[in-house]
Amino acid sequence: MIDFVQVLPLALLGAVLGLDVVSFPQAMISRPLVAATLASMLLGDPVRGMLVGATLEMFALETLPFGASRYPEWGSAAVVGGGLFAFHDNASAGALTVAVLAALACAWIGGWSMVQLRKLNAKLARQRHEAVAAGSKRVVEGLQVFGLTADLVRGGVLTAVMLSIFTPLQAYVLGTWNTDPRVSRAVVVGVAASVAAGAVWKVVHAAPGARWLLLGGVAVGLALVAMQ
Amino acid sequence: MKDRVELPVRTRLAMFVRCLAIQGAWNYETLLGNGIGFCVEPALRLLPGGQDGPAYRAALARQSQYFNAHPYMASVAVGALARAELDGEPPARIERFRTALCGPLGSVGDRLVWAAWLPACSVAALAAFGFGVGTGGVLLVFLGIYNAGHLALRAWGLAAGLDHGMKVASALAGPVLRQGPAHLAQAAALIGGIALPLALDQVIGPGRALFGIVLGAVALGGVVLARLHGRAEGWKIGVGLLALFVLYSVAR
Repeated sequence: MIDFVQVLPLALLGAVLGLDVVSFPQAMISRPLVAATLASMLLGDPVRGMLVGATLEMFALETLPFGASRYPEWGSAAVVGGGLFAFHDNASAGALTVAVLAALACAWIGGWSMVQLRKLNAKLARQRHEAVAAGSKRVVEGLQVFGLTADLVRGGVLTAVMLSIFTPLQAYVLGTWNTDPRVSRAVVVGVAASVAAGAVWKVVHAAPGARWLLLGGVAVGLALVAMQ
Repeated sequence: MKDRVELPVRTRLAMFVRCLAIQGAWNYETLLGNGIGFCVEPALRLLPGGQDGPAYRAALARQSQYFNAHPYMASVAVGALARAELDGEPPARIERFRTALCGPLGSVGDRLVWAAWLPACSVAALAAFGFGVGTGGVLLVFLGIYNAGHLALRAWGLAAGLDHGMKVASALAGPVLRQGPAHLAQAAALIGGIALPLALDQVIGPGRALFGIVLGAVALGGVVLARLHGRAEGWKIGVGLLALFVLYSVAR
């Protein structure tokens, strides 16, 4: 079972990676493949985090952070997913499925929390409009520092709360899991890869010749799998 | 003619670092506006009267109003607007220029970065994972390639803006920005095609016996989700399916 000593570093990581999603520095260390691996690295098993991260990355391919659109917050979510999957000593039948589902739920809630933060930023900007219109350096910089700090706190709190909720839930679900390990893994990977396939198609279909390149790539990929 | 104010390296560096936090106060009313003021501010200290002088305060107020652009391409605006202020352009002209920058910097950045560079780097990392590259190698592939482009774009944008000022539109007509997205999409198509079966094979583990069935389901699911484009989000459908599967696995 997870304890405070394990949650604290993960919450700090979730804070930093939650910040990276939009506020600073958007270097994409918050992408699931990176974030889940870093989380499980903290718990001593980066390989398992990469399994969760790769699965979540397939979902994330569909949710690109365009402008003011609402999108899931993958940084904190992938820390939760990577952490949950790495907590268990051996990968039980539904461990990956539960970790991925928990991360997706967290990403959804994280996206909502970013919207709330943006509303709070707007409220503060409105209250300080006159000072900004007077060219106050202190207020302009203050708004920026507040937004950055609040986003950092948001990511950390979200990660800690989600881990505290999902860790006992995960233990219960895995204790009563009744589906064959092969089917369990096939379902989660199948759903993730379907989302990724649809997402890649959406991204590339308008480019000249891209559909043939995609089909050719799939053929090469399948041939490589067959050769392994 | 007025002498051109040259920015010290320290000021350029401060502007560049601030550009990394340009979305720190992003909100639904002024969007990126406060961030633009925050990033331009180090350059405004060079205006006549210095920091907190009337010219400084008027320029900072102007630059902190509503603005919208892609966050990486906003560095072009930061540089160009700083140059326009330092060159002493009339305020009304700067405001018109500022408004005109929003559209192009948003659409060019979205097409180049979010719709091309990021997915291309993401599938490249999935391909590296699928080929069995170690964790460090996969992270290096993704973060190294992505951020080489990311940081170069921000640095180029700031420099181009500072060099060209209100004539920065010519810099936006370069071949990388115009043709880059299409070439990157083609690369993403090829790499993505290779990466998906390989990554699926790596993750599936004990489910490998069902690989053929999963492939068929993925092909069908991918086609359905592609056809639903704009009407439903695949990841939300995925959440629903996985939640149902977990309930089934626990309750049966």
